[in-house]
Amino acid sequence: MSTTTAPAKTSPAVRGATSGRHGKLRLHHTATPYLLCAPYLLLLATFVLGPALFGVWVSLHDWDFMLPQKPFIGLDNYKNLLDSSSVIYEPFWKGMRATAIFVVASVPFLISIPLLIAILLNRHFPGRTFFRAMIFAPFVLGIAVIGVLFNYLLDAQFGLINWLLGFVGVGPIGWAQTQPWAWIALVGMTVWWTLGFNTVIYLAGLGNIPAEQYEAAELDGAGAWGKFRFITIPGLRTVLVFVITTTILASANMFGQSYLVTKGGPGDSTRTAIMVMTEEGLRQFKMGTASAMSYVLALFLAVISIINFIVMRERKS
Amino acid sequence: MTQTTSEARPATVEATPGRRKRSSRHHNGPLFWIGMVILAAIFVIPIIWMYLTSFRSLSDSRRVPLTIIPDEITLRAFRFIFSETQNPVLLWALNSLIAASAHSILVLVVASMAAYALARMQFKGRGVIFAVIIGTLFVPHFIFLMPNYLLMDKLGWLDTLIALIVPGAAGAFGVFFLRQFFLGIPRELEESALIDGANTWTILTRIILPIARPALITLGVLSFLGNWNDFLWPVFVLFSPERLTLPAGLSTLQGAFATDYPVIMAGATIASVPVLILYIALQRYIIEGVATSGLKG
Repeated sequence: MSTTTAPAKTSPAVRGATSGRHGKLRLHHTATPYLLCAPYLLLLATFVLGPALFGVWVSLHDWDFMLPQKPFIGLDNYKNLLDSSSVIYEPFWKGMRATAIFVVASVPFLISIPLLIAILLNRHFPGRTFFRAMIFAPFVLGIAVIGVLFNYLLDAQFGLINWLLGFVGVGPIGWAQTQPWAWIALVGMTVWWTLGFNTVIYLAGLGNIPAEQYEAAELDGAGAWGKFRFITIPGLRTVLVFVITTTILASANMFGQSYLVTKGGPGDSTRTAIMVMTEEGLRQFKMGTASAMSYVLALFLAVISIINFIVMRERKS
Repeated sequence: MTQTTSEARPATVEATPGRRKRSSRHHNGPLFWIGMVILAAIFVIPIIWMYLTSFRSLSDSRRVPLTIIPDEITLRAFRFIFSETQNPVLLWALNSLIAASAHSILVLVVASMAAYALARMQFKGRGVIFAVIIGTLFVPHFIFLMPNYLLMDKLGWLDTLIALIVPGAAGAFGVFFLRQFFLGIPRELEESALIDGANTWTILTRIILPIARPALITLGVLSFLGNWNDFLWPVFVLFSPERLTLPAGLSTLQGAFATDYPVIMAGATIASVPVLILYIALQRYIIEGVATSGLKG
């Protein structure tokens, strides 16, 4: 171990001298870097780049997995998604609507609550690491465990949550059977499940804000709010862009919560776009329509990400 | 161990000493501690409830209003679940273990080779290759669902564990993460080894990878957890009861035993205990891995 630490202390001057020299040294065979990259690039080409293009090709066909004929139909799959008289129009846009509702309802909580907890955990107190680890724990469990667990906790009759609410006089709620309770349940369990992830990222960002900035603000007479507004938030800017972008994408990908807890109900009110897409493509095997759906959803997300990026950049200047 | 991480990694999660001095001046009053205890309870109680229910009898789990303390501790749910041939939970656990282990090993091997070339070697096309890899980080995964399903069918990988092991290893995170770490390792070590006549493979396996141990552990455990917990993909590419992984199996278990909650919680217990143990053992690597991914992204 000691051998690994010593060279890190080498001065920049020495490092500069050696990197100047490395042009003359015969470092490796010309083919070596390509050979090292080859296995990964093979995977990337086969399972990412190829499929991204192949998916476009599929979306231009009436691609029924079960039928031998897969006729080329041009943009018809896309037109059908926009044509209110087609059979797929209603389920698709209901799914898009459900996904939009979930994103709008969950993202504010997933961004703000972890920030508050991170500021709380950023204080120095015994057990800080332990608390941080505990808050992150649900995320490690994965959606299948969380899904069946909350399906039980939210059970109208036997569930722990209705039992606890009974003490404050709230009558039994049919979480999976009525709206808006179904959305409240899905957002609540998602916040509980993934809160630790954003908290940990915020904590790392908070650790990078120099203490002197807070000290200077205190000398200038800034209160807790002033320090939060003028030091914490600007200091977390890049972290916030990352958190907001990844949280929107994660919420737009919501699948397991609805699949396991509300089963898309009541009615089909919590059937998200991903559920509609997988049902159409991987259960009904209408792959052409499902591929077209995936590109339309991806386009929406791209637009949102770009808007988010531009807004955050403008605030900076 | 601690030495290696703090020296070679540019951004560490630990608070700087100056920060600590400042925050220690704050007095954490009783209100703060009450808040922390409530917060801790919110996160711990549901998990404890899951384990507690798995040891309850069916009638005990259906009592209205419920009771906190079980009438009796029974292994009925576990006995039932282990003897059930329609839903072979132990086989699912084995499948999950095989898939997650093989997947993380594949990621480590493939990503460390590519990351080393991208971090250290000058070659034509390096910029383009790196730009393409970074670009794929921004593409939502659901657009690969249909084409990759068709590909699994063509390769004969549907309903096999290979479908869970291989395609996911094409993800860009591993290469990106290890490249960042390799860039922080001083070049002098490799250059002196070169002068001693070592070849690229020796340098990579004898010098770089041992130094990168903390990063490899982090990537390995994150890949393992991600694969172990993956839900959507296994639900659709696996069909036979004996081929399922635990998450896909839990979903069918829920479908089969609806409100026999002790049995379903027993399944969830089996799916969660291994990852919780792994988490407790490698907590620092997991949390630092997540934290650095946010700072660099």
